[in-house]
Amino acid sequence: MSDELVLEAKSVSKFFGTITALQNVDLHLNKGEVLGVVGDNGAGKSTLMKVLSGLYKPSEGALFFDKEKVTLNSPRDSQNLGLEMVYQDLALAGNLPIGDNIFLGREPTRKVGPFNFLDHKKRKQLTEEHLAKLKINVKSADQKVEELSGGQRQAVAIARATAFNAKIVLMDEPTAALAVKEVGKVLDLILNLKKLGVSVIVISHRMDDIFTVCDRVMALFQGTNFAESELKNTSRDEVIGWIMGKKD
Amino acid sequence: MDHGEKRLMNKNQETLFVRLIPFFERYGILLLILIMIAVLHLLQPDVFLSWRNVTNIFKQVSWQSMLALGVFMVIVTAGIDLSVGSIIMLSLMGLAIASKAGMPWYVVMLVAPAIGFLCGMFNGIGITLLRMPHPFIMTLGTLYIFRGIGNLISGGVPITGFAEQIRVIGNGKIKLDAFFGEGAREYIPTSLILMIVIFFIFWIFLNHTRIGKWIYAIGGNPGAARAAGINVDRILIVVYTLCGFLAGIGGLILAGRTNSAYPNAGLQSELDAIAAVIIGGASFFGGRGTVLGVFAGVMIMGILRNGLNLMNVSVFWQQVLIGSIIILAVYIDVLRRQLATRT
Repeated sequence: MSDELVLEAKSVSKFFGTITALQNVDLHLNKGEVLGVVGDNGAGKSTLMKVLSGLYKPSEGALFFDKEKVTLNSPRDSQNLGLEMVYQDLALAGNLPIGDNIFLGREPTRKVGPFNFLDHKKRKQLTEEHLAKLKINVKSADQKVEELSGGQRQAVAIARATAFNAKIVLMDEPTAALAVKEVGKVLDLILNLKKLGVSVIVISHRMDDIFTVCDRVMALFQGTNFAESELKNTSRDEVIGWIMGKKD
Repeated sequence: MDHGEKRLMNKNQETLFVRLIPFFERYGILLLILIMIAVLHLLQPDVFLSWRNVTNIFKQVSWQSMLALGVFMVIVTAGIDLSVGSIIMLSLMGLAIASKAGMPWYVVMLVAPAIGFLCGMFNGIGITLLRMPHPFIMTLGTLYIFRGIGNLISGGVPITGFAEQIRVIGNGKIKLDAFFGEGAREYIPTSLILMIVIFFIFWIFLNHTRIGKWIYAIGGNPGAARAAGINVDRILIVVYTLCGFLAGIGGLILAGRTNSAYPNAGLQSELDAIAAVIIGGASFFGGRGTVLGVFAGVMIMGILRNGLNLMNVSVFWQQVLIGSIIILAVYIDVLRRQLATRT
């Protein structure tokens, strides 16, 4: 892991009317690093992710991508900077094949006269290459997403997020809806992204996830930074304590 | 690795029956048409497959198929358009009035599709911008509005007599003297050619363009489409506009076929269109269905009506039969899906 800073949030606050969802929260992420974000329901994890992805504008504070200050007006802006979000509800169209889902909205096309037509061959080829790169096993790139297991769907969602050379991937509870035997595959996939130099932020309630894939873990409590540590310097019990707002 | 082995094992365990499912899913409906044709041919050997009867079927379904194709696209987005029967009538009336006003035929010809286009756009804007809770409500409203306007502008009476160029579209014949000898009675209806061309264009549109792909995506999961940066509202407006436009083309074909515009034109044909789409295998919940299926659905309705007419079966029994076929077709689909999820 290099110490090259790819993403930083400085003193970010977010107010919804009189409610304070985030108060002076700091976050930083290095290249190829997997950061775990933990906290109880309502601690501000999802709000923070939405600020980072440009869905919410921070009320105060600033965001830096590659050490440059940026203003995000929509998720499109963060996408253009190389940040992709994997949504908790997966955001896949079950009636469409894997390849169509991965390239939805960004389909490869070829020009025939004045018209742009879908390039089915190229999409299939790019899909297969990308799935192979991430070591995702499926029967065929043409398989419909609704025929896949929960873990495979999660893998497709992650493949979708990383298909356009994303540098940063945000994952909100990537293993929450999965059968136990599938969790491992998704965690392998996250480690695989790390190997490919992608930085990942994982929100999770599951300590197993955090302690399998993360390099560092930070805890939010009631919208503020509560604790943070390199993973090797902490323990499960300590992190669970942080979630409940307890520090020794 | 053991994952891959397991998959392989499952594959070998699949029975022949299960392996045939995709085949039937794709071609079963065409098989059904062939069976219908065979049965009707046996029952009416002299008439049913005669050139005259077959062209008659095509002339009849050509305008109905335009409605079905439009409604199909709407249903793929998990929407519904109840107003197409009224759009066809309004566009027909508009065409008739333009014709009576003495406009040149090429202007008259554009009137019907243009009216359909505007009606469809009105539906689309209502559903998206006015945030109507469901397309059913918006298009139920316009079902009344469009027919009402059609009667207002025509005074509620039929208008008859159009230019030759208009009549050719719905009633024209392409002679086949070259194949059958001089003065042969065999011909291909112009409306059949038009229907095939339009179906082909929309097949390309839905399967080989980005917007076509997005239409299916919206039907599958509108949230996913939005997350992918697709402007769902804009695509929906395009879909309803095209649906209205196709109904307008249907009006143009009907004008040529009947040489008149009449207040009851297209009455309840929106239900026929929905029936054809459902029989053709599209899912009412969106995201599923093919252009070929719609064509097959339209043909099944057309062949069935024609066959029953030839055998002098009463219209009342025809209604009972068509209703039963809709339910049967969907039930087969339910069974198929149960089988598919079990594997």
